[in-house]
Order: sequence, then structure tokens, then C-alpha cells
Amino acid sequence: MRKYITIEGLVLPLDRNNVDTDFIIPKQFLKSIKRSGFGVNLFDEHRYLDRGEPDADNSRRPVNPDFILNQARYRGVSVLLGRDNFGCGSSREHAPWALEDYGFRVILASSFADIFFNNCFKNGLLPVVLERETIAGLFREVLATPGYALTVDLVSQLITKPDGTTLSFEVDPFRKHCLLEGLDDIDLTLEDTEAIREFEQRWRQSSPWYFDSRPTAKADKTSL
Amino acid sequence: MTGHTLYDKIWDAHLVKQREDGTALIYIDRHLIHEVTSPQAFEGLRVAGRKPWRADANYATPDHNVPTTTAERSQGLEGIKDPVSKIQVAALDDNCREFGIFELTMDDQRQGILHVVGPEQGATLPGMTIVCGDSHTSTHGALGALAQGIGTSEVEHVLATQCLMQRKAMNMLVRVDGSLQAGVTAKDVVLAIIGKIGTAGGTGYTIEFVGDVIRSLSMEGRMTVCNMAIEAGARAGLIAVDETTLEYIKGRPLAPTGALWLQAAAAWRQLRSDEDAHFDLVVELSGDTIEPQVTWGTSPEMVAPISGQIPDPAVEADAGKRSNIEQALEYMGLKAGTRIEDIKLDCVFIGSCTNARIEDLREAARIVEGKRVAENVELALVVPGSGLVKKQAEEEGLDQIFIAAGLQWREPGCSMCLAMNADQLGEGKHCASTSNRNFEGRQGFGGRTHLVSPAMAAAAAIAGHFVDVRKLL
Ligand code: SF4
Repeated sequence: MRKYITIEGLVLPLDRNNVDTDFIIPKQFLKSIKRSGFGVNLFDEHRYLDRGEPDADNSRRPVNPDFILNQARYRGVSVLLGRDNFGCGSSREHAPWALEDYGFRVILASSFADIFFNNCFKNGLLPVVLERETIAGLFREVLATPGYALTVDLVSQLITKPDGTTLSFEVDPFRKHCLLEGLDDIDLTLEDTEAIREFEQRWRQSSPWYFDSRPTAKADKTSL
Repeated sequence: MTGHTLYDKIWDAHLVKQREDGTALIYIDRHLIHEVTSPQAFEGLRVAGRKPWRADANYATPDHNVPTTTAERSQGLEGIKDPVSKIQVAALDDNCREFGIFELTMDDQRQGILHVVGPEQGATLPGMTIVCGDSHTSTHGALGALAQGIGTSEVEHVLATQCLMQRKAMNMLVRVDGSLQAGVTAKDVVLAIIGKIGTAGGTGYTIEFVGDVIRSLSMEGRMTVCNMAIEAGARAGLIAVDETTLEYIKGRPLAPTGALWLQAAAAWRQLRSDEDAHFDLVVELSGDTIEPQVTWGTSPEMVAPISGQIPDPAVEADAGKRSNIEQALEYMGLKAGTRIEDIKLDCVFIGSCTNARIEDLREAARIVEGKRVAENVELALVVPGSGLVKKQAEEEGLDQIFIAAGLQWREPGCSMCLAMNADQLGEGKHCASTSNRNFEGRQGFGGRTHLVSPAMAAAAAIAGHFVDVRKLL
């Protein structure tokens, strides 16, 4: 994963509560066995007027001029401003993949769904929780000011507004460290291989019923 | 010292390492795998040259993309018309073969929706930690297991390390006391809970469901409740182990037997919260007042009792909620003040990991028996949760009841719950669905979903609009 640096970017105000994972990336795009290329289908059902299909030529599809992402003043956005319960719904990591692939690096919202929040960190996306009031203020400012951009500095945990004032935010120290260093969770966990093996041995002894490896029976197979 | 919750107990038993910053390594007993969220994880293993830590802890089956007509299914992989879906299912077969992971392939009669198959096969057991790249993994909490949905990076992490890196959630208790009226089911209970606490009400919590109503539910009903814990924002839902649980598990193919069963059962009987356990949040509902529920909007919390009507956004004080309601009504093509009973339907879907178990099919069959699906209902599907559910239903003659009433009887899979296969809800069509999500486009582009219980869906299929199933009993 690439290392996280300070982000300076245009802000997209997405004024909806409960933006769900189907909204972020509809299921037909989950059929891909790849990890990239989802950006063109971000918010697909709102961004285009027709129904999207994987492998379609998206440049030929009719875009929805009313959807905010398609408005000229929001070209090149990298900061997403949302409301309550952002990212609710499924566990699909395709949602953060699509956001990241489109070019987003930060999401500001008053609250996030758990699994989505967690998935963001694994993909170089920084989800930031701010007070509802603060979010409401940001919506007002962004909508009133074309070209509104924010600087988000993970190291100092500060967001700088165009007028120079700052907002501070919280972030889990461990996740911050991983983002800044671009660390791979698996490598980190494997540093504890010894502890995992010890645990496993003890657990196998005390709860052997979880370690039944009866060949799960191709033999039981009853064909349709 | 205060006691421990069931969640605390399972968490503590699986704690490999607690880091100072609050993150912990939790050992995972069972990892369930399907075709949609796993290919990138297997690819990650391959690229890094890693092997699964413990191949026998994994259990796989394709469910999201599989076709549900018998004609297509009889052709195996070749029956999947959509080439992209086919690649995904084939990739699961290849990955399981390559990494030595047990898979119920598409042509195996035991195949089905993972959250139906896991408990059915005894692959998920009480006291386990269970993960799957699917948010409805919460279902397995009905067996007293700590079961959570994870993302694809975590799927790879669990494959490689048998652990999950996580912070502990808070404890929430939802108590449903009293008893349910005839015709009111587990689905109505969980929709009422979500209506009360909202779709973000459980965020950051593990919810334990207790109370007389929960105790009185069958395992199928308990799974329905825990299945939708995620719809209330909670990653995991739990129900304590009791004799109902043990009876359900005994004799399942992967359940322990003989002396090991006795030992395991004794340990599992301890899987409940202590009397004096501390919960960070307690929510209480009375079962007696719960009516059959119907969602009218685009989020599971947009729900009303069958006797109710669609709310008027104009009277909503909170501006954010008001615009949510307005957006939802526009998408749904519905007007404020319309009575729920007056919502007309084009489609009925009885299926999904929420409600496609044998008890669900029995309830639905009981309602449609000897009747005919209404003229205005163009498509009515019954999709069993697994091949074994299908088999049992056929032995009981339920398939014939459905077919005689004009419903289609299909092969097992996720089907129109999320419409990744060919079973899609048409644009602008209203569907009474026993699934768990009514998000925009969930069941098909522009489709309009109303979440209900199997009995309510069946009653709606016959009437062509929603009706109070209590009046039909
Ligand atoms: S039935 Fe629906 S909710 Fe359940 S696993 Fe399949 S797609 Fe997901």
C-alpha cells in the first residue's frame, strides 16, 4: 500500500444520509476478479442515466447532468464530504476501491458504518469523523464557494480550510501509523507467528471440537 | 467485579494478543468463502507466495452468481450465461483446488447460500469465531458464535494468518419480552428493532438479543434476527446457547459426536452472559405490540406496521431526515399518507439468507395453499436457501403448493436478493421481498423493494397488494 501523505484537494459535497455500498458501487461490478478499475463506475446508478454493465465503454454512456459528481466545478475532487452513516450496507471492499480509484483520498462524515470504515484504512483512504455541526458548516461553505479545497494533514491531524482556520480530528494511532508507513497488515500479524501458534495449540487442546478436519466429504456429495 | 457478556467471553477466549493501542489479534475458527469477495484475496496470497494458515478452517461455496433455473443449473458452470459471473464462479473452484480448501461446488446438492449452509452442515458451531467476506455473516450469531462480516483485505489476512486484527466493540442488549401474536414472525421483530434504533443504532456494538420472544424462536427465526443485526449497524448479533441450539446442531455433518459431543455441549451451555454483566446500551421492546412490518423506503429503518401509512416528510423536524424521506419516496414512487395496505405489487421474492430456510417456506406455503397469485403480480419467485432445504421442502410437498398457486420454484442461491445473477427486479417495479436490504437498485436497476416476512410476502402475492396476514389466519 502506498504511504499516506498530506492531501490537498477539492471537496465534493454528497448531501445524503446512509450512503450505502450499492450506491457507491452497484453489484454488477462486483463480478470482477480484479482489484482496480472500479473508479469509472463509482456512484454508477446516479452518475449515468442508463444501466451500467461491467466491461461497457463508459465514455459512451449518457451522464446525468444533475448528479453532483458530473458538475464541472467538482472535476478533480479528492475529498468527499458526507453525512450520517456513510458506507452502510455490504462488506464489499469494492466500495473503497472505487472511491480510491476515482481519486478520493479522504472522506469526511458525521458517522460511518463499521465495516466500510475499516475497509477504508486498508486501501489508503482516510475516513474522518467530524461533529454534525462541523459537517453542516462545511456543506454550507463548499456549496457557497466554487473551488473550495481543504488540506488534510494526517501527521498533525489537522484540516486546514481556505480561510486558514483549522479543524482537528481523531484517528486511531495504530491505523495512523499503518497509513503513514504504508504497512501491510499481514506482515505485521505474521510478526506474531509464535503467539498465534501457541494460542492455536492451547485452543486445540481445550476445544478440540473446533478442529475437526474430517475430510469434508467429497464422498457425501450427492449430485443434483 | 461485574460479570461478562457472552460477547466478552467469546472475545476473551480467542484473544491471541492485545496491543497497547487497543487493537487485538483474534483467532478465527471458521472462515466462510464465496465467489464475490475472495478472488482478490487469493490473488494476494499468490502474489506474496503465501499459503493458507489452516486450510481446514475454511469452507467455501458459490452463491451470489449462481443461476436458479433448473435448466441452467443442470449444465453446471456452462449454465451461467453471464461470462463475467462464470469467470468468478470458476475462479472460486480453481482457488479452492489450488489452496486445498473444501468447497461445495455448484453441482453439489448441499450447495446454497453460505449463511444457510454453514449452520446446516455444522460448519458453524457455538462459541466459534466466524468470519466471511459478507456482511450477513452476523447470521451465525444465532448459534452463539461471534460471527462478523469482513472486507476482502481481511479475507486475505484471515487466510494467511488465521487471525483478525480488530478493536473490541461495545456491548448492546436488545430485550424483546412478552409473546408474539399469531402471524408475527422473527422478521417482524427484527424490522421493528431496526425501526426503533435506526440503521446506525448498533454501529460500534455487538448486539445480544434476549427475552422471552427470542427464547421462543426456532433456530431459523433466531438466524433471521441475527442476520439483520448488520442492518441495525452492528457487525455481530448474538443469541445465547440453550437446548434449542443444541438440538439443532446435534447430528449435523460437522458437529462433534460421541464423547466429544458431550464435552462440547457442556462447554456450549456456558455460552451466555452473566447475570451481572454490564451492557453499554440496553434497548427494550414488547413483543405483544409488534405488528407485521413492511418497509416503504430505501433503508431498512424506513419501516411501518401493516396498519400504518407512509410518513409525511413535511412533519419531520430534522432537515436531514426530511430530505431522506423525500428522496426515498421519490425513488419508490410513493406518496406520503398512502396506507401500507394500498401499496400495489408487481413482484414477490421469497428467498435470501434472511428467510429461505425450511420454516420460512412452510409459513409461506401455508398462506398460498389452494389460492392463486394475483393478476398484477408478474413474477413470484421462491428460492430455497440451500439444496437440502429444497429437498426437504419437496419431500413435504411445498414445491407443489407454490407451483399450483402460480409461484416459480427455483434452485438455491442468493438470486433476486441482490440480483447478481439473472433474477432481476424490473425498473419501477414494486417487490415484496423476504430479503434484508431495500437499498436503491439492490434487487435490480430502478427496482423498488419492500422488506417483509415470508408470510406477509405470500399474502401479498395472493392479494396483489400488502395485507395483514393476521387476518388470514
Ligand atoms: S442472500 Fe442476499 S444478503 Fe444473503 S448473502 Fe446472498 S446476497 Fe447477501
